[in-house]
Amino acid sequence: MKGWLSLRLEKRLAVPRWLEYLTLALSLLLALAVIAVLFRALGVNPIVAYQRIFRGAFGSLYGLSETIVKAIPLMLVGVGLTIAFRARVYNIGAEGQLLVGAICATGLALACPNWPAWLLLPGMFVVGFVGGALWAMIPALLKARFRVDEVLSSLMMVYIASELVNYLVYGPWKGAKEMGFPYTDKFSPSAQLPRLLPTRIHYPTLILAVVSAVLAYLLIQRTKWGFEIRVTGENPEAARYAGMNYFTTVLLVMLLSGGLAGLAGVGEVAGIHYRLRYPQGVSPGYGFTAIIVAWLARLNPLAVILTALLLGGLLVGGDAIQVALGLPVATMYIFNGVILLFVLGGEVFTRYQIRLEWRRKT
Amino acid sequence: MWDFILLVLRAAIPAGTPLLFGTLGEVTAERSGVLNLGVEGMMIVGAVTAFGVTQSTGNIWLGVAAAALVGGILALVHAFASITLRVNQVVSGLALTMLGLGLSGLVGKRYIGMPPRTRFAPLAVPGLSDLPIIGPLFFRYDPLVYLAIALVPVLWFILYKTRWGITLRSVGESPATADALGVNVFRVRYLAVFFGGLMAGVGGAYLSVVYTTAWIEGMTAGAGWIVIALTIFAMWDPVRALLGAYLFGGVRVLQYRLQPLGISPNLLNMLPFIFTILVLLVSAGEAMRKRIGAPEALMQPYMREER
Repeated sequence: MKGWLSLRLEKRLAVPRWLEYLTLALSLLLALAVIAVLFRALGVNPIVAYQRIFRGAFGSLYGLSETIVKAIPLMLVGVGLTIAFRARVYNIGAEGQLLVGAICATGLALACPNWPAWLLLPGMFVVGFVGGALWAMIPALLKARFRVDEVLSSLMMVYIASELVNYLVYGPWKGAKEMGFPYTDKFSPSAQLPRLLPTRIHYPTLILAVVSAVLAYLLIQRTKWGFEIRVTGENPEAARYAGMNYFTTVLLVMLLSGGLAGLAGVGEVAGIHYRLRYPQGVSPGYGFTAIIVAWLARLNPLAVILTALLLGGLLVGGDAIQVALGLPVATMYIFNGVILLFVLGGEVFTRYQIRLEWRRKT
Repeated sequence: MWDFILLVLRAAIPAGTPLLFGTLGEVTAERSGVLNLGVEGMMIVGAVTAFGVTQSTGNIWLGVAAAALVGGILALVHAFASITLRVNQVVSGLALTMLGLGLSGLVGKRYIGMPPRTRFAPLAVPGLSDLPIIGPLFFRYDPLVYLAIALVPVLWFILYKTRWGITLRSVGESPATADALGVNVFRVRYLAVFFGGLMAGVGGAYLSVVYTTAWIEGMTAGAGWIVIALTIFAMWDPVRALLGAYLFGGVRVLQYRLQPLGISPNLLNMLPFIFTILVLLVSAGEAMRKRIGAPEALMQPYMREER
């Protein structure tokens, strides 16, 4: 019998909620299974690795608190990205916007160390937001005005921001008391965010992140701007036809997502390190991991709170296996890549009905 | 001064060669209507594969071939996701890049700091390589430089002068029409994306076994993204891809040559990326003026109407 197996996709008219959750869970499980196979093939025992990851991230109070610590920047950036991605504006440069936020906050902290904390800390958040937003404005203007692809331009701005941080910490801002490390001097106490002791959870930033998730949800679902963002993303032609201003929408979503990424950068320098460090020291790729956070949340800002905790846990677990199994830092990108691929693939099952058919050769 | 220019020109060609391989591949993939943002990931996996295979076999050509194959296999992941499952191509490509960075880091750990077992001897074209100025400038490179250059007219010819080329372009411009004419849109796209992966793999291989002769984690350092930008700059044309790749090779060389002047290396490292943005801006302006642009169906998954 000659023929071939054919995969046919048919659009679903309505997507039941339970199906969405089910596919999401199954996609995650499948992704983890595939990663296990990859690990096995590359000589890493996957069972041991997964045990360490789980225990590292959720197995102790310390692990849990670190999961929250890493979820804070992921949440802030992720919320911003849901807004941008909803408008189908692919801001891939959040990592750079985060770093510029950190730079601006550091600039203020180093310039005005004697300001009282009630003035200095909010000031740092403000300049961080503005810095991140302005950094995002460059690709935004290029896209809105000259139709330059924002994926590339925003990404190029990441490399530039990263070199800018390097330049500062190796050059003009290099700390006098840092023994040759590429760090700035430590911030004065009034530029340090309070923590939920004994953990490293800098709760003002956490509150900011949760509030921004709620606000973003309201913005997208309940306001005219949010409506325009959604229409622009789903049907740009219709948006234009209805007289919506594409230029304003692109600028708005880039401004918000850049600003939120900037806030994440402020949280890292003011809440964790108390100084600006070399770029990978400030952020181990939060800006990129947040893309997965946003996508896993199905671009729903409220769901970002949960997915940020999940990916935060994965980062903490990743640190654990790096130490325990001697794996390189980049290993965690395998998780990022495979999970993202499977979540994307999983969406197909909710959007389409899949039929496998045996076709006879004619 | 003349010596300096000559030096930069000579160094620009090898520096631009990995970009040229990558760009020729991406031009082909995008011509079929599929954007693959996974070039960075495919390149870096190609780099580590080539280094590993060359180390264990002692044969660079085997290393390069293995890199091409692995790049192609990774590209098929993107092809399945974007052509068959019709997922968002931007995000799928990003996922591929992340996966590639992760895999290369894990696999490459054992190769860090390892001295290369073998190198390519420069292939001096007999007779021509002894010419003054022109000789060293054009005729004394490693074989892969010539392979990349040779691919340019071949690809150009296929793209514009053969049936295959017309088929490929029609699939990228108007898949429904191509389908109606009996073209298997899916197969053409799969092949084009696979070819893109092969080329990205070779580009990565060039970095690790020819250009640097070492494995360094994250050694592509954005080259894959520059390839995507070059594809736009090249207006999806192989000949312009050559120009663009060597131009960027030149920028990369300048970056090192300007260091002794006392400019901070960190600021110089920004050069290629600033230059990329400028190039994108110029290309966007040119595209608007000349009314040419990306293949019409780029990033649009094809869905066959039910009959």
